[in-house]
Amino acid sequence: VNDFLAQHAEILITLVKIAILLFVVLTVNAYLTWFERKVVAHIQSRWGPHRVGPHGLLQPLADGLKFLFKEDPTPAGADKFVYYLAPLLALALALTSIAVIPFGPNPIHFKGHDIYLGITDLNIGILALFAITALGVYGVALAGWSSNSKYPLLGGLRSSAQMVSYELALTMSVVGVLLMAGKFSLRDIIDGQATAQGLFGLSGIFRWNIFAGPFPQILGFLCFFVAAVAETNRVPFDLPEAESELVAGFHTEYASFKFAMFFIAEYTSMITVSCLCSILFFGGWLSPFPSSWTLTTYLPSLLLIPFGLWVIWDGMRYETIFGKLILPAVGIVFTALGAAFLLFPAVNAFIQGPFWLLSKIFVFLFVYVWMRGTLPRFRYDQLMAFGWKLLLPVSLANVVLTASAILWSSPR
Amino acid sequence: MNAPLLIFFVLAAMAVIGALSLIIQRHPIHSALSLIVVMIALAGLYLLMGAEFVAAVQIIVYGGAIMVLFVFVIMLLNAGVEERTNLSKLAGWAGVPLAVALTGFLAAAVARSQDAVQAATQYGAPAPTKALANLLFQDFVYPFELTSFLILVAILGAIVLAQRETR
Repeated sequence: VNDFLAQHAEILITLVKIAILLFVVLTVNAYLTWFERKVVAHIQSRWGPHRVGPHGLLQPLADGLKFLFKEDPTPAGADKFVYYLAPLLALALALTSIAVIPFGPNPIHFKGHDIYLGITDLNIGILALFAITALGVYGVALAGWSSNSKYPLLGGLRSSAQMVSYELALTMSVVGVLLMAGKFSLRDIIDGQATAQGLFGLSGIFRWNIFAGPFPQILGFLCFFVAAVAETNRVPFDLPEAESELVAGFHTEYASFKFAMFFIAEYTSMITVSCLCSILFFGGWLSPFPSSWTLTTYLPSLLLIPFGLWVIWDGMRYETIFGKLILPAVGIVFTALGAAFLLFPAVNAFIQGPFWLLSKIFVFLFVYVWMRGTLPRFRYDQLMAFGWKLLLPVSLANVVLTASAILWSSPR
Repeated sequence: MNAPLLIFFVLAAMAVIGALSLIIQRHPIHSALSLIVVMIALAGLYLLMGAEFVAAVQIIVYGGAIMVLFVFVIMLLNAGVEERTNLSKLAGWAGVPLAVALTGFLAAAVARSQDAVQAATQYGAPAPTKALANLLFQDFVYPFELTSFLILVAILGAIVLAQRETR
């Protein structure tokens, strides 16, 4: 057994990493639905889910069970093979795209192996991601077509047109970052931002691509984010599933777990987009503070300990017995984590990168939910005009300006 | 059998089966899906030979953009199952010997170029994208730009033709 382990260590480590990442991503997905419902509810002066478990925290579990036990009808005249293939394709592609995202700078040393956070680091990382996104359209288009029903067909057509249109702007808006980094690997793009020429010669946050010289990528970021929201079919670009016109768009005829697969795919792509925004434009795992500031390394503890204590305090006065037991336990875990980071400097140094990356990802996920709570939906012609007449020219201009700035500032 | 050879045969089988299925399937969408499988298998073969950039672009452009347009048009026209006519039966009878002859020619050509076949079934060192960029934008910049100009003209021509019909 030991020989086998030693010979296939790389493959085994990768398999374990895939299993862990899959578990984490699916759990985060589940709690993202809870988070979204809570935040949107509070935006609209409601409470949101609060019946299942304390603060509705077990709602995702209940939803998952409900999806599993619902009846799963196949519409008459549906193209069976494609009908079953579509949700599988959507989910598989969405989950695959997470594989190229690096989550931290330093490897864990384990029995002579350097285990990096993130499944793989490709030389063509960002291109591989775009390749996967490019195939993602099929999940939606085929679902719409194979259902043999008018609303899904219209939704599928709309969404393929939308995704093809916005993919162009999405790819173009990244070119500026690629020009500045000179690499396709996401890890190299982040490392490049650590030593970039900062705005006004400042370091920290001013070295991130969105501010850094020779040409700050603010335009590129805006184009990228708008196009990415459109790619993920979220508000204000959720026309494929505009319920007032198309019932539920491409997934109208899907029920039970097949519907859940589309749902999980959508939330996973939200996570991927948030990761990409943070990595490409906001420095990935780099701290926003200059590296000479040492006190800021205690921020994870400073956030976790008060939050944990607040959860304990909130749990003590919760109405139900269950809440009185669960919430303090969760709070103790958070407080203990924060305390552990304070006590073990090595651990604290290791989690700095992941902490900043996850914080940025969280901010972008919040923006997603925030937009859902506030913005109305685009009309179809507005959507097309916006994509082709504004987003594409602006992202092209960004490419030209960035290239000129780099040429201008580079030594001859 | 070593790993690269095994991967090569798996991908090659995917490509061949996909191509056969493309012809045999009677519904346009199924044919388009088979073509996507062929494209992805080809991308895998490029990757095996170390052409990372070409592999990624193969999926983005052919697997993604072009095939999405195929699927989109088929969906838009709501094209149904193709019908078998007398002529298509005739094409089937004539096509089989032709296909056999073509396969024979190709097999003969492949058998003669042993080195290329050997190279295709082994891992290639990853070619740096920079080298490709240098070739495209320095050594072959005029042919490259002329080709893109040609494509632009073709697109404009298509638009002009489509506009004329509606008027």
